[in-house]
Amino acid sequence: MTKLGILYKEQKQRASTPDQNGYFGRFGGRFVPETLMPALEELSETYDGVKNDPSFGAELTGLLKNFAGRETPLYYARRFSEKLGGARIFLKREDLTHTGAHKINNALGQVLLAVRMGKTRIIAETGAGQHGVATATAAALMGLECVVYMGSLDIERQALNVTRMKMLGAQVVPVNDGSCSLKDAVNAAIRDWVTNVASTHYIIGSVIGPHPYPMIVRDFQSVIGKEARKQMLEQAGKLPDVAVACVGAGSNAIGLFHAFLADPVRLIGVEAGGYGLDTGRHAASLCAGSPGVLHGALLYLLQDENGQITEAHSIAAGLDYPGVGPEHGMLKDIERVTYVSVTDQEAVQGFMELARIEGIIPALESAHAIAYLMKFAGSMSKDETILVCLSGRGDKDVSQVAEYLDSKRIAGLDENVSNTANHASTSAEN
Amino acid sequence: MISKITSQFEKAARQNRAAYVPFIMGGFPDDHAFVLLLKALDNCSADVIEVGIPFSDPLADGPTIQKAGKIALDNGASLGKILGTLNDVSVDIHAPIVLMTYWNPVLRMGVDEFGDKAKAANISGVIIPDLPPDEAGYWIKVARSHEIDTIFMVAPTTTPKRLETIVNLSKGFVYLVSMTGVTGSALVVDDELLKTVANVKRLTSVPVAVGFGVSNSEQAAALSNVADGVIVGSALIKKCLEAGDDVSAIDGVSSLSRGIIGALGRN
Repeated sequence: MTKLGILYKEQKQRASTPDQNGYFGRFGGRFVPETLMPALEELSETYDGVKNDPSFGAELTGLLKNFAGRETPLYYARRFSEKLGGARIFLKREDLTHTGAHKINNALGQVLLAVRMGKTRIIAETGAGQHGVATATAAALMGLECVVYMGSLDIERQALNVTRMKMLGAQVVPVNDGSCSLKDAVNAAIRDWVTNVASTHYIIGSVIGPHPYPMIVRDFQSVIGKEARKQMLEQAGKLPDVAVACVGAGSNAIGLFHAFLADPVRLIGVEAGGYGLDTGRHAASLCAGSPGVLHGALLYLLQDENGQITEAHSIAAGLDYPGVGPEHGMLKDIERVTYVSVTDQEAVQGFMELARIEGIIPALESAHAIAYLMKFAGSMSKDETILVCLSGRGDKDVSQVAEYLDSKRIAGLDENVSNTANHASTSAEN
Repeated sequence: MISKITSQFEKAARQNRAAYVPFIMGGFPDDHAFVLLLKALDNCSADVIEVGIPFSDPLADGPTIQKAGKIALDNGASLGKILGTLNDVSVDIHAPIVLMTYWNPVLRMGVDEFGDKAKAANISGVIIPDLPPDEAGYWIKVARSHEIDTIFMVAPTTTPKRLETIVNLSKGFVYLVSMTGVTGSALVVDDELLKTVANVKRLTSVPVAVGFGVSNSEQAAALSNVADGVIVGSALIKKCLEAGDDVSAIDGVSSLSRGIIGALGRN
């Protein structure tokens, strides 16, 4: 094994599981009111029990295959690769799952856990609405009551998903506190859970929250990377040189990266740069935040000098969160993953580019990963490969993007968007 | 050294009553009125006074305390400023002061620096709702070296094993959360709650005070025969939110406090 390979192997061992207290390096833990501690212990015990229970694994695998449509394809984006003129780009098509994003992987896993714990009621928070839709879907499948908390700003910008959740039988509760987005929806969900903990399982949608959530969500999402790794070997005949994913709180990125931690694969997480890191209006906790406690875990977050959590901003509701999962904090610390950011504008350019060139409308969240690879793919050789997690589909975003483009007074979308995208890629390399 | 907080509970017990532990929000509605409210509660003979530190994401709090926290933050309140204010006024306050803060403001200040500043401001105890004993190791060391009591919470969901650990670690008093819920929720003082209080009391010699949803004299009276103290927060904050000015806020808080204190005598 190469020296680099050994280094990665060590890092993988350090990264593979949190310690018994739920810490990934210095991040994680359980910072919640006492009322919830027994529920977390119960969840840990249940999860430990099912982890090696073949019947649980079989049930989940069956649902992922026949209900959610796994495995998802790995698609070689030929036109996109050729346009950028460098590495061959492969898209892991999580957008093709039932409900249209990777969120269903975790929602199905956790709803099965809820059933094992005898819970009759499911709650969730949602930002873009993809986790809400996935949870509402999983709850409908199991015949469980479902309540989804969603910031009122997100309800406005993700109207399609609100309608979907309601049609699936979920109650959508608008949250009007703070920034009226994902962070506040999590607060509301935690308050509900504190109140109804006996009957209720809280399906957290990302690799955040108190232990064991970051581990459980990661495990359920790691199917993305496991499949993609195998598919890369089949289609490209080798592992990717680079793997890229967008990072809000970080579930699709962890899901993709985990299978590659011990491999000599460069991993890049792309955060939401909003209006730009220097404006202070972004959601880039790893690039521009500091460690602190939010929603039950010690992690990188955005805060002021008094320890108040500051409001995040991203055009992508699913990335609009001022914290990032504890495992990402550790992966940053040990320098196994490189974290970068792209702006709202760059993300929209990535969104349009993929739509026009490949006929795939990505979620605005996933468009961040697309936008970043547009900056460097051209400088790589044609023998090299880039694997991207296309974490969700963009139907939910089309009206928001149309409005954004109108507001930027971009006429003649084809040329101008392509031109600005090319310009962005040039300037980023300078 | 004997805990100032525990001594207050003992004094109340000698007077054959439960202790009154009101909660107000630091810097709410503003820094000036906060000090007036603090002094008013002290004048009402509150036994221990809890001062909340406003936080952007108060996940254990209901709408009333959330609102007070937001007003305080909008008026520029912070952990550092509130400690500064308490540093100036605590010599005039007879009741021991307990800070109730979420963990992140403390982490941001630095745990050691927080200990130093709290000690300097004459803070007797600290409650950190999102720092269960499992995560509190370092803080407990700092608190002990500064002679600050750490008050831990027990909840209706707490398992017997956790209960034992928590009551053993708790200094000053044990904060018994009356229900599964957030602060200010509707509370029914029923036999089950009274049984829980009695059960916790059997496990410890540290006083046991009941909080979350205690809002009137009837509830206080029902609890006083079993609990060592009652904690009243949202009901007091509500009086302030309803008041048109500082004077009527102080009147509202004082009159509710006197009513509750009057109901705490044991038969």
